[in-house]
Amino acid sequence: MTDLCELTRLADSGRLPPPAAVAARVRARGIWLYVETWLLASRTWVVSLLIVAVLEPIVYLLALGWGLGSLVDRQVGVADGVPYLVFVGPALIVATGVMAAHQESTYPVMAGFKWRRLFLAAQATPLMPRQIALGHLASVMCRYLAQATLFWLVLLAFGATRSAWSWLVVPITGLTAWAFGACVTAYAAGLEDEGYEFALLQRFVVMPMFLFAGTFFPLSELPAYLHWVGWISPIWHGTELARVASYGAPMTGAALALHLSVLLGYAAVGTIVTTRRFTRRLTR
Amino acid sequence: MPSDPIIRAQGLTKTYGEVHAVAGISFDIAAGESFGLLGPNGAGKSTTMRMIGGTLGRSGGHLAVAGLDPEVEGSTVRAHLGVVPQQDNLDEELSVRDNLYIYGRYFGLPRSYLRAKIPELLDFAQLSEKSSAKVDRLSGGMKRRLTIARALINEPRILLLDEPTTGLDPQARHTLWDKLFRLKEVGVTLVVTTHFMDEAEQLCDRLIVIDQGRIKAEGTPRGLIAEHSTREVVEVRFGADRNAQVEPRLRDLAERVEVLPDRLLLYTEDGEAVLEQIAAAGLHPVTSLVRRSSLEDVFLRLTGRSLVD
Repeated sequence: MTDLCELTRLADSGRLPPPAAVAARVRARGIWLYVETWLLASRTWVVSLLIVAVLEPIVYLLALGWGLGSLVDRQVGVADGVPYLVFVGPALIVATGVMAAHQESTYPVMAGFKWRRLFLAAQATPLMPRQIALGHLASVMCRYLAQATLFWLVLLAFGATRSAWSWLVVPITGLTAWAFGACVTAYAAGLEDEGYEFALLQRFVVMPMFLFAGTFFPLSELPAYLHWVGWISPIWHGTELARVASYGAPMTGAALALHLSVLLGYAAVGTIVTTRRFTRRLTR
Repeated sequence: MPSDPIIRAQGLTKTYGEVHAVAGISFDIAAGESFGLLGPNGAGKSTTMRMIGGTLGRSGGHLAVAGLDPEVEGSTVRAHLGVVPQQDNLDEELSVRDNLYIYGRYFGLPRSYLRAKIPELLDFAQLSEKSSAKVDRLSGGMKRRLTIARALINEPRILLLDEPTTGLDPQARHTLWDKLFRLKEVGVTLVVTTHFMDEAEQLCDRLIVIDQGRIKAEGTPRGLIAEHSTREVVEVRFGADRNAQVEPRLRDLAERVEVLPDRLLLYTEDGEAVLEQIAAAGLHPVTSLVRRSSLEDVFLRLTGRSLVD
């Protein structure tokens, strides 16, 4: 049984800085504190995620790169002057990154507010809503980067890169996933209930963006009236950049700047709206 | 009051559109005091708690917590506070220990401090043996104790408890009350919302009775009962259809009679005497009992409604 002396120490050990100092520290470092705890909590599922993150690329590259690729290379010839495996590899890294972003930005966000209420728990501490929002975005970014790095290593093992700069595919994927994920997070943070919204988003937004985004064939192969799907899809912009990095696909400086700007634009808008919606929802 | 209040609210208001969730309430809470907000669901208790924690802006009035305005200096105010929310929001996927550690890191508390603090908190919450267990394996009472332990991680001077024992069985409630008593003994200020009168009587030095966003009464539990009710209450049941019918014949036997759907309450200083008079009048209730007045009676008197619908 706890005696009074122990209880006194429990209530005030004298080992803590004053509340104002505690709060000042959280105000300065809150986002990183959040990321740190997210990484700690991820221990429960990180192993299964890493296994998937290695196996998935292998399956994709075997089926599409080698399987479909051998047919494409024989029948139609190479795209961009490289084998199909080299062509499709970097695009798959970007696409799987965006799939992960969709996953992390829908149900976990709804759960944070509604089901598991972990955002509400964090909000009772000196953390501010803005830090919880940015902390969440930065945390899932860690996952995108880890996953993209593993995929890139598999790509290397398949000998499917052609440039010393191919590692840039990893940050490009991170940026693309953030751009897409932040927008979806903003949307999810504004939803009170989840009926069918996330499933519709998956089928009618994510899938077309994935299939019509130049992942498996250049966007120019599609009829012109479908090109807009690629233009609005972060996946297409990310994919184009990833191909430049991975095998030196030809691209003008202006196009490069444009792709980068679109992704940064999506990322900025998504991040700002996410922050606002988190703040509104946590303080109403 | 011995010193400046640790929490002071003056004309505190929260409006949602046309709805006045909190309609101008004022109270002072002294450091080390156990203060209660008693009222039915929807009275504005949780809204008030959230304004104290600075996670909800106010529509009007003044509020100071440890001398700070929670709306301006929310993060500093929350560094002073321990919050036990109405609904548990522990991470069910993680162990008991990790829940405390992660929460401590939200406060930016040093790892060395947390390593030493967590076993002490687990000991206090009687969860030492569950340290490595996943939270979803714990009983409701254990989760509640863990939530309280978690709220103590930053050694708060003020503990906000929103409906701390709702949904717990009687034994778990008593265990929890005991823990809270001990914290009060060592100087932690408790602010408790509840719609259970027994909880308010057990835990609170002083309380306000809130209904529809307004304060109906303020005082100590005993003081409120003495002021707004009689010493004893006689509860008699004549059957649903006869209760109202019998009421006129009982009116003169007690200071006051309340007719509830299922029973009649007779307010008096001497319950046994009233029971004898009822029998002498030739009325034979199906059941009867004499009890002491409680805060429930105070609430009924003040609002004409019972606390738990």
